[in-house]
Amino acid sequence: MSDLGSAPIPEPSKEDHVRGPNGGRTLIVYADFECPFCAALDVRLRAFTADRVVFRHFPVRSSHPRAWPAACAAEAAGLQGRFWEMHDALFADPARLEDPHLWDRARRLELDLARFDHDRRSDPVRDRVKRDFRSGVRGGVVTTPAIFELGDDGSVVQLGRDEFSPAPGPGSTSES
Amino acid sequence: MIAAGDPVPEFTLKRGDGSDFTAADLEGQTTVLVFYPFAFSPVCTDQLNLYEEVLDDFKAQGATLYGVSCDATWSQTAFAQQLGVTIEQLSDFEPKGEVSRAFGAYHPGGFPQRALVIIGPDKVVRWSYQADSPSDLPGANLIFDALAA
Repeated sequence: MSDLGSAPIPEPSKEDHVRGPNGGRTLIVYADFECPFCAALDVRLRAFTADRVVFRHFPVRSSHPRAWPAACAAEAAGLQGRFWEMHDALFADPARLEDPHLWDRARRLELDLARFDHDRRSDPVRDRVKRDFRSGVRGGVVTTPAIFELGDDGSVVQLGRDEFSPAPGPGSTSES
Repeated sequence: MIAAGDPVPEFTLKRGDGSDFTAADLEGQTTVLVFYPFAFSPVCTDQLNLYEEVLDDFKAQGATLYGVSCDATWSQTAFAQQLGVTIEQLSDFEPKGEVSRAFGAYHPGGFPQRALVIIGPDKVVRWSYQADSPSDLPGANLIFDALAA
């Protein structure tokens, strides 16, 4: 049996990249760093400061050839404790994802550049990105960004992008 | 739509090089026909990109994927090249939609439904699926489920 058959979107684990406070919603986002809609969503999500965000990679090479290298760069930065800083730097300028641009970001984040460059090409980092991607495929993710909300009972429900409009309506958890 | 257990009808589609792809080409392999509405349209783009990303997994399952649309071979070739997709494209251009109709996957709007058909090496349909709407994109997981069944 293939390991890409249907399976629920995994609940967040200690291996996930998570930021935001406990107590609000937990949102699981499948995204890629070359996807302009993902970058736009990322901006919008920052307004929802009460939510906890779990980021998972969903790079699709044929449409976004630099998505995989960018995802690996974020993971390599994560090995030096700077995942979210690299995440933000990648989404801040998604048109500049070639290797020199990745190195430039690594320098600005004061990463160990040699280690960064080794790690981003390493099997463990590739496997890490692949694991996220495959969990999305199994959960029925078909394009990016895909957003899920974790329920109190552990259920995971997909949300529409429209839920994160630029101007959240009354009753939202946005503080903007 | 054609259903599990049905033998595939005789048909002729055109490969990118202009040669014929017929029911005889299904023999001895597990085939997934991916009927899609239009080359270069947004959902079809996402669909082929997604399936391409897991193409090695389909191969590992012994399955060969083909994209089928009513676009001309030139359009399909340009579409695949633009996407960087290696899934072979088959054209149902002339007579327009004849094969899509034979499989029960022709939309009244004049294009293939978004549909999937898995055919066994014996040329018998193992599984078929038609999306509720052409704008719905069936996940690759559904195909893997069906291949494993």
